[in-house]
Amino acid sequence: MASWWLIAGMALLTFIPRYLPLRFAGRLQIPRELERALNYVPIAVLTAIVVQATLIQHGGIDASLHNHRLIAALCAFATALIWRRLFLTVVVGLATFALVGWLG
Amino acid sequence: MTSSKRQAVLIGARDTLPLVVAAMPFGVVYGAMAQTAGLSLWATLGMSAFVYAGSAQFIAVTLLGASAAIPVILLTVFVVNARHLLYSASLMPHASRLPHWFRVPMAFWLTDETFAVVSNRLTQQPPKSELPWYYLGSALLMYGNWLACTGVGVVLGHRIPDLTHWGLDVAMIVAFIGIVVPALRRHSHWACALVAGVSALLTHDWPNQSGLLFSAVLAIVVGAGLEKVSEVRHG
Repeated sequence: MASWWLIAGMALLTFIPRYLPLRFAGRLQIPRELERALNYVPIAVLTAIVVQATLIQHGGIDASLHNHRLIAALCAFATALIWRRLFLTVVVGLATFALVGWLG
Repeated sequence: MTSSKRQAVLIGARDTLPLVVAAMPFGVVYGAMAQTAGLSLWATLGMSAFVYAGSAQFIAVTLLGASAAIPVILLTVFVVNARHLLYSASLMPHASRLPHWFRVPMAFWLTDETFAVVSNRLTQQPPKSELPWYYLGSALLMYGNWLACTGVGVVLGHRIPDLTHWGLDVAMIVAFIGIVVPALRRHSHWACALVAGVSALLTHDWPNQSGLLFSAVLAIVVGAGLEKVSEVRHG
């Protein structure tokens, strides 16, 4: 039973931050400076997630070429920079990761 | 459902596909871990169905396994989920045209993955009436996948293969790169990404992903600040 109280509490604490801003969208006049800042949310959060997922391995920073995720990420980065295509970037990144893993 | 709506659902699902693949091992591992931590079969599935937040669920079952008190777990979950507030706020300008009833499921299904593909969609083309359908396509595929993978983890239990070594999470890394890089159009965007990346490395050992949140907020302030400075300078 205790675990269902935990789930109910977690559901509430997860839903509230997801919902509150959306709830007041249109009602609340967003200041121009805040709207400008909000445009940076995707770049800021996604970059932070990617950099940690790529470089943090086994609890520490691994920036060596033994880090296959890093090699795949660098190839994906170059692809995205040149062709700006999401699908192509994913394909090149995954293929690089598979190839590097296969080569050892 | 008209064909344009159906198409928007399918495109939303298609764009989310690499992220769905990347989430699979986490769903399976969560399902196996939750039972070891003492959750019943239904509570394990219920958490995925009613909470639907990968990182928060992982941390909750880890703490549960370590016999942490429920208030401690809830506080941790709140900290881990704080970045969703940023996602929700950043969707505000687009949500003002959407009906209120839709904002409830929209909020419930707001994950890193769906936010990433939807904000990518919004920068590529001006918001259209199909946006809710695109959102739905992305969200339903992520949600269905999360429930299914939780179920697989529950069934396999200790017998799960070591999925984390398969490297499926690389799909998330390269998809996010494919979304962020084309969005870097101004110097201030690059500065924002640089600050976010460097700060995320320096703060990686902060507890409960607070380093992630701190880095994001710092990078947002730097990016928006630089944009404002260049605007003032160029009139």
